[in-house]
Amino acid sequence: MKIAVFVKLVPDSAATFTVDNGQPNWGDAPLVINPWDEYAVEAALALTEEHGGEVVAVSLGGENAKEALKHALAMGSSEAVLVSDDALAGLDAAGAARVMAAVVQKIGDVDLAVFGKSSIDSDHGMSSAMVARVLGWPSLSLVAAVQSAGDTITVERSMEEGRQVVESPLPATMSVVKDFGEPRYPSFMGIRKASKAEIPLWSLSDLGIEVPTAAVTRSEIMAPPKREVTNEIIKGGSPEEIAATLADKIIAEGVL
Amino acid sequence: MDFQLSEEHLAVQKMVRDYTHKEVIPTIKEWDRKQEMDPNILPRMAELGILGINIPVRYGGQGFDYISLGLVCEELEAADSTLRVVMSVHTGLNSMALLQWGTEEQKQKFLVPQARGEKYACFGLTEPGAGSDVAAMKGTAKRDGDEYVLNGEKMWISLASKAHHALVVLRTSDDVEDPHDGLSAFILELDRKGVKTGDIHGKMGVRAGSTGWISMTDVRVPAENRLGEEGEGFKIAMSCLDNGRYTVGAGATGLIRASLEASVKYAKDRNAFGREIGRFQLIQQKIAYMVQSYEAARLLYLRAGWMKNQGQRNTRETSLAKWFATDASFDAASEAIQVHGAYGYSDEYDPERYLRNSKGAVIYEGTSEIHQLMQAGYALGYRDDGELRCELPAYDPDFWQAEA
Ligand SMILES: Cc1cc2nc3c(=O)[nH]c(=O)nc-3n(C[C@H](O)[C@H](O)[C@H](O)COP(=O)(O)OP(=O)(O)OC[C@H]3O[C@@H](n4cnc5c(N)ncnc54)[C@H](O)[C@@H]3O)c2cc1C
Ligand SMILES: Cc1cc2nc3c(=O)[nH]c(=O)nc-3n(C[C@H](O)[C@H](O)[C@H](O)COP(=O)(O)OP(=O)(O)OC[C@H]3O[C@@H](n4cnc5c(N)ncnc54)[C@H](O)[C@@H]3O)c2cc1C
Repeated sequence: MKIAVFVKLVPDSAATFTVDNGQPNWGDAPLVINPWDEYAVEAALALTEEHGGEVVAVSLGGENAKEALKHALAMGSSEAVLVSDDALAGLDAAGAARVMAAVVQKIGDVDLAVFGKSSIDSDHGMSSAMVARVLGWPSLSLVAAVQSAGDTITVERSMEEGRQVVESPLPATMSVVKDFGEPRYPSFMGIRKASKAEIPLWSLSDLGIEVPTAAVTRSEIMAPPKREVTNEIIKGGSPEEIAATLADKIIAEGVL
Repeated sequence: MDFQLSEEHLAVQKMVRDYTHKEVIPTIKEWDRKQEMDPNILPRMAELGILGINIPVRYGGQGFDYISLGLVCEELEAADSTLRVVMSVHTGLNSMALLQWGTEEQKQKFLVPQARGEKYACFGLTEPGAGSDVAAMKGTAKRDGDEYVLNGEKMWISLASKAHHALVVLRTSDDVEDPHDGLSAFILELDRKGVKTGDIHGKMGVRAGSTGWISMTDVRVPAENRLGEEGEGFKIAMSCLDNGRYTVGAGATGLIRASLEASVKYAKDRNAFGREIGRFQLIQQKIAYMVQSYEAARLLYLRAGWMKNQGQRNTRETSLAKWFATDASFDAASEAIQVHGAYGYSDEYDPERYLRNSKGAVIYEGTSEIHQLMQAGYALGYRDDGELRCELPAYDPDFWQAEA
């Protein structure tokens, strides 16, 4: 099996998010591989370990996106490709999907394109489905386990109500959820391989596509309103009195 | 001069940090209370390749440099000292001695499985009646044809009850002018007839680790198990300590960091007299000293690691790094408790464990007093490191990383 796995560099999940002059700001938070994408890499590696084949990690972004790719290489991916182009800055989700679909085609012979459930910075969660749409492939979302893979693939989808087993022909795209199992740590040998890797850089012209025009543009961005917390200690002569005052207040606040 | 860690170094550091945060820190307090070693620790450290981090790939290791070993130890001890102790005895005191002194056959037979983590290793120098004064040891190894017969007891041995192999130093001759010259080193498989091992309980610290004893009664080992020449045991033991102490110094640096991080967090959370206690200068002073000792300890061990990479003798520098970092880690942990007030005095918080763990390292691998004697000896010109028959090989990436 040849698997393309898409990984993105995002601000660490512990970062505090603010908006400065209409621009998102994560402060000096370290950039890390999108945590959901680690599950995607884990799924891709587990699949090739079982069925043979190779994993090509792909990232769209600037020079620093190599960090995410090196993480995927250190976990055990065979190759990595960075797609970098000034024109990528203004892309919307559909435009990014066009670029990713073109990457899948340029890599060639890809059986499965694997994605994390979503990326923790923009949270669209649409890449897998949109890339499938551009390529005309089936799309398997929220995959928790792969039961079998050959000419077709059978997966378990994780849903709030339970699990669903679905089958589809290959090639296909799939998005992976946490239930797939803890992503492995990078291995020491993988770390060395990653640090020595020369990661090829593809531009949009290498992919042979025009700059996709964005249909969706961001007109405003807001940070979540700061939570105002005030403390009040309720006093009273007896526990019953305190409890009654508390109950009144809870009702007055509309909590109950 | 280059203070930059390489991309590989940073990735190694991050990988070990992720491991400890996910698999060690969440449960370490319970194991410490139980005075038991989490049975997953050794197999996981083996599986992840940590046990052979700086051993050449051809000998079953991961082929990283000596600085990586230090960084790994710093990360491990920032979680719990017991994990770093594993690196000190398995890797620093035992595997690296095989790399330095072992014959090719000994490397294949003992080092390869140790570096792969298939066999665990420990180091037996101390006896009930002989610690700092190594040459006072009573245990003996008597030559008998193609074999040696081992008798004696080793005490305070980390991993004694977990290890498969022990590097033991014993007396092979009384017929020497200087008792140091009558010692020899052996690799002892701990499943040999006549070997017994056990654990010591009631320790002040490293309670989630294993510290024990090894007793030998007429244990027969083939002469091929002797490491180095007969009479070379003291020199070998001291060269082992050059590596063990390096891991201890690097680890203690991690303990200082953990004390600092816990103190900073608490100082910003806790309020007294209407403000967070971090605003008080006396708390700031404690934090400032922790920063100072962390940075200084780190530079000292990294220099020692760099010298090992270069193949330079580093007995003096390693001793200094170990002495400074372990004393400073005890102070940092004690001050971290103070910053935490009464909560620091409880095992709900980490600093009391840090303090209990830090004290051991002020005692083993040369007490602080012994390191002071060494440092004064160098400064006064009373002490000089003679050349060794086998020096620790310099880090050569091509040799280290090649398959064979
Ligand atoms: C947790 C733990 C793990 C250990 N693991 C190992 C291990 O894996 N392998 C191993 O071989 N040993 C191990 N040890 C033993 C350790 O190396 C010894 O405890 C150490 O060498 C000190 O020896 P001692 O305890 O006999 O103290 P002693 O040598 O009896 O020293 C007692 C005191 O006298 C001081 N002193 C001694 N000589 C002098 C001097 N000349 N000048 C000034 N002061 C002096 C010492 O500094 C110390 O304060 C471990 C110890 C501990 C606590
Ligand atoms: C074993 C034990 C027994 C105890 N028994 C009793 C008892 O019987 N009765 C009782 O009432 N209490 C008892 N205590 C509680 C003890 O009195 C408090 O722990 C102590 O007063 C410190 O308060 P704290 O722990 O809240 O620390 P905090 O007051 O939160 O102090 C945290 C840190 O901030 C520092 N700090 C605070 N204010 C300042 C400042 N202005 N400038 C500089 N530094 C500052 C403190 O010195 C400390 O290092 C006991 C505590 C222990 C550990």
